[in-house]
Amino acid sequence: MSTSTDNIKELVDKAYAYGFVTEIDADTFPKGLNEEIVRMISSKKGEPAWLLEWRLKAYRHWLTMEEPHWQNVHYPAIDYQAIRYYSAPKVKVNPENLDEVDPELRRTYEKLGISLQEQERLSGIAVDAVFDSVSVATTFKVKLGELGIIFCSFSEAVKEHPELVRKYLGSVVPYTDNYFATLNSAVFSDGSFVYVPKGVRCPMELSTYFRINASETGQFERTLIVAEEGSYVSYLEGCTAPMRDENQLHAAVVELVALDRAQIKYSTVQNWYPGDKDGKGGIYNFVTKRGKCAGVASKISWTQVETGSAITWKYPSCILLGDDSVGEFYSVAVTNNYQQADTGTKMIHIGKNTRSTIVSKGISAGHGQNTYRGLVKILKSAKNARNYSQCDSLLIGDQCGAHTFPYIEVKNPTAQMEHEATTSKIGDDQLFYCNQRGIPTEDAVSMIVNGFAREVLRELPMEFAVEAQKLLGVSLEGSVG
Amino acid sequence: MLEIKNLHANVDGREILHGIDLTIRGGEVHALMGPNGSGKSTLSQVLAGRETYEVTEGSVTYLGQDLLAMTPEERAHQGVFLAFQYPVEIPGVNNTYFLKAALNANRKARGEDPLDAMDFLKLVREKVKLVELDEDLINRPVNEGFSGGEKKRNEIFQMAVLEPRFAVLDETDSGLDIDALRIVANGVNALRGPDRAMLVITHYQRLLNYIVPDFVHVLSEGRIVASGGKELALKLEQEGYGWLEAGARP
Repeated sequence: MSTSTDNIKELVDKAYAYGFVTEIDADTFPKGLNEEIVRMISSKKGEPAWLLEWRLKAYRHWLTMEEPHWQNVHYPAIDYQAIRYYSAPKVKVNPENLDEVDPELRRTYEKLGISLQEQERLSGIAVDAVFDSVSVATTFKVKLGELGIIFCSFSEAVKEHPELVRKYLGSVVPYTDNYFATLNSAVFSDGSFVYVPKGVRCPMELSTYFRINASETGQFERTLIVAEEGSYVSYLEGCTAPMRDENQLHAAVVELVALDRAQIKYSTVQNWYPGDKDGKGGIYNFVTKRGKCAGVASKISWTQVETGSAITWKYPSCILLGDDSVGEFYSVAVTNNYQQADTGTKMIHIGKNTRSTIVSKGISAGHGQNTYRGLVKILKSAKNARNYSQCDSLLIGDQCGAHTFPYIEVKNPTAQMEHEATTSKIGDDQLFYCNQRGIPTEDAVSMIVNGFAREVLRELPMEFAVEAQKLLGVSLEGSVG
Repeated sequence: MLEIKNLHANVDGREILHGIDLTIRGGEVHALMGPNGSGKSTLSQVLAGRETYEVTEGSVTYLGQDLLAMTPEERAHQGVFLAFQYPVEIPGVNNTYFLKAALNANRKARGEDPLDAMDFLKLVREKVKLVELDEDLINRPVNEGFSGGEKKRNEIFQMAVLEPRFAVLDETDSGLDIDALRIVANGVNALRGPDRAMLVITHYQRLLNYIVPDFVHVLSEGRIVASGGKELALKLEQEGYGWLEAGARP
């Protein structure tokens, strides 16, 4: 095993490709958090009084809370007074079209392979890009507008569609929900907003690209997606950050609301800076994502490919309120070097005949620690609920760890539950077999890992599946040889 | 094509091969027989480049090059193929996808263009007939859920697609029933040719009724103790290895 462990090490030690910093003038708040900062953020955004009030309630509640430590990840205490809660590039904040976007920002996104213009022209994917605290460009607005679909930055939604924001903000993740969601509710700066009207099938993938650029800055964005009766939308998010020695906090909140027979497909390819090979730096990705299947026969599907971040800690969840509603969670989480992940999902079955599927694939290499934590809760009202869970772990090398904590609570005897779990290891014999056929080790690892993650990757929209496959390969480069 | 000289090899510090000499020319099929533990599989793994086997002495020259200096994948690119005694399962990786990656890695190393999906499919359809494998099977994950016989046939199928110049078949016959044996042997025979050499490792003379070798060697305690024509295999079948053992220990 020793040779392949060395090889694994080599593969893992590959550098992060998105670690550059964009030199751009920024409008940045002083460090620290108090009511004044919350008010400043709100006034900067020109928010209505009710929203400021909501933020302040969240902030005051946050002061009464304690940071949770039950999760299976370890990190030094976060000094919340050492973080800047707002940083925005000094440019026109709400550009009407792409020509008004700062060219330096555009170049940044091009370096990341997200040419907004190209995307708009070729791929038919509408993109919103969030740079530090603000949204810099939303493409395809006009075309979507013709169908009545709203896709804009959160700030803009507050201004243009306050009634929708007020109705749904906090309706899935209340401001009292948990430490990081409450913090987000107080200081969130921007994010994306999507509204799909009744009966409309959104004709393109909607996509947000998140980028942390400024140092000592936290990113607290909020995404709210509302799908009206009988509508459909597929939404994607991607994330990167520069390489910095410090740890940076990313505490986002995502709320999804699916009304009768509506479907929301939410895909994430998360590649925040994971820290260096000794575990220095990297993003703390502490995110609350939750969807409410409010209507009958509605469906929410989460797919996530998590390769970045020093620590990933999130449980994209579904509240299956409507009868016959469906929740799905497909996840691939990679931890390499000193990365840690404690991720999974919660499926809360309330309505009758509700169904949920969980497929979690954890891949650990280097000193990575990967935890699956999932809760399947069948309430008394959830007659004939069904859940299928599958949790597989793949280990590369002998210094990493995989942990599985499935929690199941069943209050209705008609429920059907299935749970499967496996742990396997990339073996020397597999690599040698591939080598003997002429396949170099890096390609072999990538192939084996992609084979392992196949059930999840095939849930991603086509163009992102290809990107995710490459990302899996790159994240594990140097991990075997 | 292949010249092995005074080859010594260790596993975990223990010497298994005590000086092998063997020359194989293009077009020849050599059979290597011998009792359990004589070093047959060690030789096949050393030739394929498995790192757990340490060569301590001797040389292997393949097409004029130092084989032992090459990585396993370089050997493959140069046309060395090992049909594994225990083919490895790779869950989730489609068999044809795997084979296409292998073929194109080899083509790339040789400076050839990769085969596109259509041409590859044509090649697969043609070669799969050789070993009478189900088309359904070739699209399943590599060796996962295959029976023992299916795994062995899959090895020969891979060999047919990759068209190696020098192939080692490590106990490809073990665990095969008589029908599977015939199919595997037919597959192998179809691949015989003036530019291709094979080393067929087996316990049983039975296989050599189907794959008729040009030469038979007997390996015992890490040395080749007897070499001859195909009649040597018959003699072994009748008399066992006992009569050679004495010769193996001078």
